[in-house]
Amino acid sequence: MTLDDQVRGRKLKLHDMCLRDGMHSMRHQITLDQMVDIASGLDDAGVPLIQVTHGDGLGGSSLNYGRGLHTDREYISAVAKVVKNATISVLHVPGIGTLDELRMAADCGAGCVHVASHCTEANVTEQHIGLGRELGLDTVGFLMMAHMTSIDHLFEQALLMEGYGATTIYCVDSAGYMLPDDVTARIGGLRTALKDATEIGFHAHHNLGMGVANSLAAVAAGADRIDGSAAGLGAGAGNTPLELMAAVSERMGIETGVDLFKLMDVAEDRVLPIMQQPPRADRDSITLGFAGVYSTFLYQAKEAERKYGLSARDILIELARKKMIGGQEDMIEDTALSMAKERDLV
Amino acid sequence: MDKIKCAIIGPGNIGTDLLYKLLRSEVLEPVWMVGIESGSEGLARAKELGLKTTAEGVDGLVSHVIEDGVQIAFDATSAYVHADNSRKLNELGVLMIDLTPAAIGPLCVPPINLKDLAGRKTMNVNMVTCAGQATIPMVAAVSGVQEVEYAEIIATVASKSIGMGTRKNIDEFTRTTSAAVAEVGGAAKGKAIVIVNPAEPPLMMRDTVYCETVDEPDQKAITASVHEMILRVQQYVPGYQLKNGPTFEGRKVSIFLEVEGLGDFLPKYAGNLDIMTAASVRTAEMFAHDILDGQLELEPVMENA
Repeated sequence: MTLDDQVRGRKLKLHDMCLRDGMHSMRHQITLDQMVDIASGLDDAGVPLIQVTHGDGLGGSSLNYGRGLHTDREYISAVAKVVKNATISVLHVPGIGTLDELRMAADCGAGCVHVASHCTEANVTEQHIGLGRELGLDTVGFLMMAHMTSIDHLFEQALLMEGYGATTIYCVDSAGYMLPDDVTARIGGLRTALKDATEIGFHAHHNLGMGVANSLAAVAAGADRIDGSAAGLGAGAGNTPLELMAAVSERMGIETGVDLFKLMDVAEDRVLPIMQQPPRADRDSITLGFAGVYSTFLYQAKEAERKYGLSARDILIELARKKMIGGQEDMIEDTALSMAKERDLV
Repeated sequence: MDKIKCAIIGPGNIGTDLLYKLLRSEVLEPVWMVGIESGSEGLARAKELGLKTTAEGVDGLVSHVIEDGVQIAFDATSAYVHADNSRKLNELGVLMIDLTPAAIGPLCVPPINLKDLAGRKTMNVNMVTCAGQATIPMVAAVSGVQEVEYAEIIATVASKSIGMGTRKNIDEFTRTTSAAVAEVGGAAKGKAIVIVNPAEPPLMMRDTVYCETVDEPDQKAITASVHEMILRVQQYVPGYQLKNGPTFEGRKVSIFLEVEGLGDFLPKYAGNLDIMTAASVRTAEMFAHDILDGQLELEPVMENA
């Protein structure tokens, strides 16, 4: 069976991340006007799910991750006013965001929540998945850095989240580390392990240039939702560019319901102009994918390079060796300081 | 010397580490371990160490409190059940040391405010969280020098060191720590982030403290204050270490800590347990001394219907 055979006729929900994962590449400084402009364009292009939150989720605005230009309340409310068909989603990471923040998001118009944890710690999400369901949100269990545990253990964690009430489970390649066979094994296994009614999603980063290929492998293995970002605007080398995924889907007969040309126009005319530099698989982003480091570590690693004269690549490789996971931005500075001391740079 | 008899509620990671420390205390004597699962390893271990045990929760303890002379109890379960546990034991005149993030009583971070609690007539003292115990002394070290507008702490703990009790109330954990960073640490506003890392071999607890001062930070005074506070904490947590910092960027002060445990129950990576239990024992010992000196008489608290 060819890849085409496996995917032709399949239905797929494309979920845009440029106004959440894209916040990372924009250092959380996307303006309200830009959010509204891009969200309305995506909505008009038929994108069914649009994520709007600080890069690190509700409550992420902080010294550790960077302060948002506006609050999540302001961003979500502004987008809710203009979006007519799409569902607005939020990212929510227990340990960073609180339940009150999730209630606020629902009040402001969010209809979907990605409740995220590291791929081995699903049991911290019980309270939050429960609240998502209580609030009537499309509640997703989001297993991050999914390359960092055995496939069997990933399934156990997915079953926990399903048990707490999540109706969709995501395998998240936060580091852009995975290759197509890794994706097939995980998504295929999740499809077998989870209930038939539970949807499966995949979230890629383009650090090894594998965003579209991995996403196709995911669809072939049974994924119902694919995250991507218009113009690829996301952490590291960006997410799977949504318009690329839409174009490939159309060629391969995958039904996304998205107007391809309108989506391409949103990427080109509304998203590209807001970037200082488009995300690129540069030396440091490739290192993220190659070594398996959380994609958002790119920015502070580059900052440490500038401040201390260390190589960002060296710092990222050291963070991988120390097995740092999502959220541990403080350890970038700490690692850089220790390395700088060792090398007599401070 | 007479010792004050204690009960521990919750035979998990925190409760068991607490037990080992109480067994070394000169003024506290652990006599009861309370759990809810009859097959619990923690209950079995406590029994082997000579404690009376019950698997019927606090209800299994209350009828024995007076006859066994229990005067102090430590709640190492979870926030959801704490209020109930506290009420039942306060009614019998038992002082409750709360190691959950329920925080219904005044907050205690020993190097900062233990002395202040001595005078207050309180039957419930909250120990904030492990992250709070590790970081709030640093916030106080900075706010003691100059006004802190905002303080943020990031606590990273090894996956193996935190049990189900903590995992089920991560929200309370985050909120209680954030509030305490402000209230006890002395910042106008506080935020707490907690990360659970499953790396093997397990990671040592790491804590990062960021403080934004109102005015330009007095680098020399802040550095001296931080070092002095580290020595104070090391008196009861010898493995409390400054790894990097304090560094200064504009008005932002950054402090990077590592907390190594004594290895009483879990191995040394679980410094988060150690700082929590060491602080709790220290707090209970202060009250025990006051009881033994006749300076403190515990009175039953009856809630009005």
